Amino acid sequence: MKHSTALLAGVAALALSAGSALAQVSDDVVKIGVLNDQSGTYADLAGPGSTLAAQMAVDDFGGTVLGKKIEVVFADHQNKPDVGSSIVNRWIDAEQVDVVVDVPTSSVALAVQEITNRKGKVHLNSTAASSDMTGKACSPTGIHWTYNTTALANGTGKAIVAQGGKSWYFLTADYAFGHALERDVSAVVKAAGGEVKGVVRHPFPNQDFSSFLLQAQASGAQVIGLANAGADTINAIKQAGEFGITQAGQKLAGLLVFLSDIHSLGLQTAQGLQLTTGFYWDMDDETRAWSKKFAAKHNGAMPTMVQAGVYSAVSHYLKAIKEAGTDDGKKVVDKMKELPVKDFFARNATIRADGRMVHDMYLAEVKKPSESKGAWDYYKILRTIPGEEAYGPMNPACPLVKG
Amino acid sequence: MFELLGIPPQVLFGQLLLGLINGAFYATLSLGLALIFGLLNIINFAHGALYMMGAFVAWLLLNMLGIGYWPSLFLAPVLVGLFGILLEKTMLSRLYKLDHLYGLLLTFGLALMIEGLFRQMYGVSGLPYPIPDALKGGQNLGFMFLPNYRGWVVVASLLICFATWFLIERTKLGSYLRAATENPALVQAFGINVPRMITLTYGFGVALAGFAGVLAAPIYSVNPLMGSNLIVVVFAVVVIGGMGSIMGAILTGFGLGMVEGLTKVFYPEASNTVIFIIMAIVLVLKPAGLFGRAR
Repeated sequence: MKHSTALLAGVAALALSAGSALAQVSDDVVKIGVLNDQSGTYADLAGPGSTLAAQMAVDDFGGTVLGKKIEVVFADHQNKPDVGSSIVNRWIDAEQVDVVVDVPTSSVALAVQEITNRKGKVHLNSTAASSDMTGKACSPTGIHWTYNTTALANGTGKAIVAQGGKSWYFLTADYAFGHALERDVSAVVKAAGGEVKGVVRHPFPNQDFSSFLLQAQASGAQVIGLANAGADTINAIKQAGEFGITQAGQKLAGLLVFLSDIHSLGLQTAQGLQLTTGFYWDMDDETRAWSKKFAAKHNGAMPTMVQAGVYSAVSHYLKAIKEAGTDDGKKVVDKMKELPVKDFFARNATIRADGRMVHDMYLAEVKKPSESKGAWDYYKILRTIPGEEAYGPMNPACPLVKG
Repeated sequence: MFELLGIPPQVLFGQLLLGLINGAFYATLSLGLALIFGLLNIINFAHGALYMMGAFVAWLLLNMLGIGYWPSLFLAPVLVGLFGILLEKTMLSRLYKLDHLYGLLLTFGLALMIEGLFRQMYGVSGLPYPIPDALKGGQNLGFMFLPNYRGWVVVASLLICFATWFLIERTKLGSYLRAATENPALVQAFGINVPRMITLTYGFGVALAGFAGVLAAPIYSVNPLMGSNLIVVVFAVVVIGGMGSIMGAILTGFGLGMVEGLTKVFYPEASNTVIFIIMAIVLVLKPAGLFGRAR
């Protein structure tokens, strides 16, 4: 015991004398931990594709920063907050992980946000949706990158109300994400003079939606809002078609739809669906070039917005380490907020004090089979939603927002 | 117009009918499980994975060979059944003399491997399988819109369930089976090839799972996870009905589907737990299950 104390003191003295002129990278490695659902409901929209995106960002950066190696590790949180928490604790306490990225499933993401905040490590979230990540759960070391429930509400929600969909009924995944999405879209609907006729909260994950769809049909609402994601949304849309919900005149609003969902549904079923996205592979030469590189390593599947977001977030993080000369969590995030975000993914982008990366969003419509020129040619971009409009003002519930 | 607890009767009838449709899957799957447990004493945890395989075989037949839904309804269960026979011959048959636990562990491991393999190849978002043309569209029943295909699912499962029950309870072959369950040594002494009978029973039980998989393909997306989502519920159904009871599995399957349907109206949040609550109550009051005999 005495021995190790002496050793520690010696190391501390050395570190002090070496001074701040030296760049500081803890444990001589920058370790990036990709935490997501590797095998369940959300595995296709993020999963192994997100790990690949993080690795691509590291490779494009050159594999080292401040002369130290950059390493990518990944783990499966199985959409369970307890599993996710114990992985992150182990990563930080025993395995020198400096930054946790991706983290779909808002319930897990909120738990990770709390841990990384407490331990001063960085959390770059691309895939979780809840706007609480930069609201009451905001963190000085957390950045929410790709989208959130506010942007979805201001995108798809507002567009559908503007087209005359005034009365809504929600099918909500019964956990943090579904609740947040339902709350944010309801607010937009009510602000625009619409009404919410009812809500049914279904277990997550769920296979058979027929019962919930019939309840929604019986409500007589004009719009059925799907406040769920991934395989849940796919099944709900398919079964709505089977039960003739849309033929009977009700409109289906997929509030969070990923490119991988459309691929699974097929254009025949998905055509005409409107959705909000933070990225689409086929926007310009830059997005196409990167996406094709990604697809070549991903069984030909084009990136979803959140996978592209992981690349963008990790690249910006590494840039900030280089500029800041340290991998200290708080200092790097401060530097990330200071530096301009500019790459193929983020347009007109800034990172706000609350940790929200504000960038342009897009309202898209799924093409008809006749309009599509081939595999993965799925979206028509209807409108660019400026970042300010999509994300709205900062939430005063976040302690980092100075009133 | 009467109302029950604030729910209009149209909604109630609709939910009962939907419950019956889900119950059809529970019944077909738990029937196979009950059959296998009755004769082999194996708790077949691979049942969900084999159900998923049924759906995938149908999808592969359609997309690789252009074989449509109707031939698949026969072909896919046969192929899955043959796969089951292979499993039984090479692995399961070595475990009959050991504790239940070994069979459970083996089949659970197999389930994980089969699922992992399909997930690796096809991802988790699911693949589309079209509803056959003859069953497109639906009927307006007044209280709800019933897609023709869902109606067909109920009819097909009822037919299969009844045929299986008849085969086992009312035919000579069935009586051999039941006798072999009671006392294999004695039946063998009468010159009946019991090991072969056991192999064929496993194959048949597994083919039922494959059949349910083909039925499910057009409704749910063909998805490597579809089996694991369902299998836990199906086990609860078998436990409630009484392990090894054929009629118990069928009736409980349909009955619990309807209970679940009603829960989706009155308290949707509990719809995935209600079956387990019932299971706990049944186990306390009648440990052998509703239709089971204590052994």
